[in-house]
Amino acid sequence: MSMTARADSAIPAESASPLTRRRPFGDRSFQVLCLAAGLLVLIILALIAISMTQQSATWFTTEGWSGVFSTDWDPAHNAFGALPFIYGTLVTAAIAIIIAFPVSIGISLLLTEVVPRRFARPIVYVIDLLAVVPSVVWGLWGILVLAPWLQGIYQSIASGLNGVPVLSTFFGGQGVSGASFFTAGLILAVMITPIVTSLSREVIATVPAIDREGAYALGATRWEMIRGAVWPHSQAGVVGAVLLGLGRAMGETIAAALVIGSSATITTHLFNPGYSMPAVIANEFGEATVGVFRAALIGMGVLLFVITIIINLSARAIVDRSARRSRGA
Amino acid sequence: MMAIASEQQTVDLREPSGWRRTKNQLATVGMWIAFVVMLVPLGFVLFTVISKGASAISWQFLTGSIPVNVLPVTYGGVGPAVYGTLVITGFASLMAIPLGILGGIYINEYGGNHLLARVINFFADVMTGVPSIIMGLFIFTIWVLHFGYSGLAGSFALACLMLPIVIRSTYEMLRLVPNSLREASYALGATKARVTLTVTLPAAIGGIVSGALLAVARAAGETAPLVFTILVTQTINKNLFSGPNTALSTLIFQNATQPYTGAQARAWGSALTLIAIAFILMIVARLVTARFARYDH
Repeated sequence: MSMTARADSAIPAESASPLTRRRPFGDRSFQVLCLAAGLLVLIILALIAISMTQQSATWFTTEGWSGVFSTDWDPAHNAFGALPFIYGTLVTAAIAIIIAFPVSIGISLLLTEVVPRRFARPIVYVIDLLAVVPSVVWGLWGILVLAPWLQGIYQSIASGLNGVPVLSTFFGGQGVSGASFFTAGLILAVMITPIVTSLSREVIATVPAIDREGAYALGATRWEMIRGAVWPHSQAGVVGAVLLGLGRAMGETIAAALVIGSSATITTHLFNPGYSMPAVIANEFGEATVGVFRAALIGMGVLLFVITIIINLSARAIVDRSARRSRGA
Repeated sequence: MMAIASEQQTVDLREPSGWRRTKNQLATVGMWIAFVVMLVPLGFVLFTVISKGASAISWQFLTGSIPVNVLPVTYGGVGPAVYGTLVITGFASLMAIPLGILGGIYINEYGGNHLLARVINFFADVMTGVPSIIMGLFIFTIWVLHFGYSGLAGSFALACLMLPIVIRSTYEMLRLVPNSLREASYALGATKARVTLTVTLPAAIGGIVSGALLAVARAAGETAPLVFTILVTQTINKNLFSGPNTALSTLIFQNATQPYTGAQARAWGSALTLIAIAFILMIVARLVTARFARYDH
């Protein structure tokens, strides 16, 4: 409303006469204003990279590459190795993707191929509800309700698997805790399901109707049609959607900070407490008032920024390429 | 049920045979299971938040000052946090929504196929995937280190988060407006700015407003960008521009690790308030879309 009013006063009616060669001042300045707003995106991204790298420089210079990528994290003795956090970030994100991938694909296939349109709407609303539950509420629920409940289940699984060759490396071991890698992975899986579902649904919806009808005409069942017509067409796009979900899972902070158990250890035991990069930044930033400690936390932010940018760029590239190919076909 | 004509036929062309049919049914069952798997945590978390939070909610809870953690939920409330959330998110929206709409207008109306517009569009998309914690750290390094903690810094961080979302949704909505509408206005001699502001933008306004509201809903629940920028306090700070502030999300984050039942009850009450705010914004967004959508997908 107010913008319309401003533009009205800026552009007098007569200046828009067809004989005017130069575009009126108001018209040109509006274009510049829009351009400036668009450029803000590039400026912010550049400033993020520059200012955070500057603030974390002392971490890289005092510790060196070997110090940064060491397992030794002991702020009291000036040891700031980021490896336990990188490990925790990758492990929790991997658990989240392994759980969220089949669920998301299942729901998006359900919405596109099985349920009629008027019933699909309410299901989409439910997924949107899941998406707007704030991260900190998942964390609160995770630490006060889910983790105590899972503690007992973890314990019985761990003791039941005691001595079983492969499984006990992941699900056995001592020091089983309700707040652990696995709990964090579960919460992250729930949190990324809406985005992975809606992105893969968009991709699957672009499968041409003629492909589906062709498969049905050959006598395929619905499942055979999905395998033969839908999947080859949407494979790349779904991979892109999963990558974007992976990026979200790696950057998710508050829920992970509350349920991951806050222990800077590297272990294959998924039921043990761990730590991730965003979680340690959020939990320990208050204590890191000066010096290398703060630089190390901001430095992990830089690592996280670089990793998520790379993941997003490659996901975008994959989705774009598949979109172009399907348009050309 | 289609096997009527199969009496004389040697091969039944209509019904898939046993194993194929079973596989198909198994796949359908699998999809429904996936849906139920998603419903369980959602139902569980909503049930817990409502059952534990509803008893805490009262006018006094929403407006009273935050007491010490040991006191039960019947004392005081979370007024400063409600105030902080509304003001910080509100100011962030005031910055991010107009700028985001202008950015979206640039990409779709002025950019055309120019490299710069494509680059901006691409990076706006990439920026939506940047974790919210990065925005908090960024504002910390660029603003808080020089000017100190304040609600304003929190607003900046949330605005950075909302900007790319608003840009992208505006762009998507403007793309749906048919070109004939623009051409008709140009034919009447209108300038580009005038066409954009009085014809194109109003035609897409429903989708743009609902996209902006969803961005606000997302920002209102964010914690990570605020932890580094507002330096959580317990008392009300009416000055957005200086001094530590507080918000519902950061209050929940703090109280979640408190052993006291009073503090935890305040966290559940705040969680319910926060979810209610987000849901209301989402429902309003849906209504706006339904009411004003002229060019839908």
